[in-house]
Amino acid sequence: MKKYLASLSMAVFVIPVAAFIIIALSTPAYAMHISEGILPLPWAGLWYVLAMPFMAKGIFDIKKRTRQTSFFIPLIGMVSAMVFIISAMPIPVPIAGTCSHPAGTGLAAILVGPFVTVVATSIALLIQALFLAHGGITTLGANILSMGVVGAFSGYFTFKVLTKAKVPLVIAAFLAGLASDWLTYAMTSFELALGLSEKGMFLKLYNSIALAFVPTQLPIGILEGFAAAGLFAFVLKRRPDILINLGVIKPLSLYKEGIGHEEVVY
Amino acid sequence: MLVLTSNLVLILLINLVASRLAFGADWAGVDERVVEHFAEKAGRPAWEPFINPSGDILLFAFLLAGTVGGFIAGYYWRDLFSAKDRNKAKQG
Repeated sequence: MKKYLASLSMAVFVIPVAAFIIIALSTPAYAMHISEGILPLPWAGLWYVLAMPFMAKGIFDIKKRTRQTSFFIPLIGMVSAMVFIISAMPIPVPIAGTCSHPAGTGLAAILVGPFVTVVATSIALLIQALFLAHGGITTLGANILSMGVVGAFSGYFTFKVLTKAKVPLVIAAFLAGLASDWLTYAMTSFELALGLSEKGMFLKLYNSIALAFVPTQLPIGILEGFAAAGLFAFVLKRRPDILINLGVIKPLSLYKEGIGHEEVVY
Repeated sequence: MLVLTSNLVLILLINLVASRLAFGADWAGVDERVVEHFAEKAGRPAWEPFINPSGDILLFAFLLAGTVGGFIAGYYWRDLFSAKDRNKAKQG
């Protein structure tokens, strides 16, 4: 009976979520990525050049870590697919009357590392630019730098700093997701302001663009924080060995979170 | 997992219910409302995408991308988190 009720309650929650995802994905998505051709070519080129070293280090890390850790391939496969889905999913924000999407890069960076997340994000952005009219090829470097590099590193460092400061892991994951989302948009505003502003008008344009993002991204960032915290709590409960093996947490921190050592599979 | 999905559903429901009240909203994405708005003001309107699926092809592309992405995520999720599969692998 208990099992039946658990499956029923799962179905009650999962079916609406699945239906929402299908409905949302089957609507043309217009979201945060910088669209094709908006940035002047020198700026577009500069963002490509700046993104390249992060991608190269990410590819090197993937090669190294797949040799070292048996579960790294399924983990990076799952994380990449999630970043792709999340960053193409428009979510309506009633207070603003607009749609936008979370990025998913904060949690991805906590799990697989920031450099590997840059590679996963680049693949997602390339597919979206080529086949979904979402983002652009000329602006791919700028989008990789904002969502991939800034999104991943801000989430990663927020989590690291907070866990060093003994903040509970799930709260650290929430704030990492939040910081990752908001800083991604701050970087997008920076890239746009640099590319579009006239001489001496950079700061004014930057403030205007960043402020225009606020009504939509404020709630979306909070949603991203909840999603990051929920997923992190799930991994922490079900496969704490993954987090320990990847160096995300120390075995000692499991006791603080109330997870017994018998649940850890080495 | 239940907590996560219930949190998400709650937030989505609040959003969807509230969206019924937000008459007149055009639900444009922030790229259109913010990015392209400022770009047009600066005299740099967005180009047509290199591959620009027209009509329902874009709907199809999004649905296909969501399905394939969801399948890949689910496949690896089962690999990592399904206790049944992991026990089978241990016994094997």
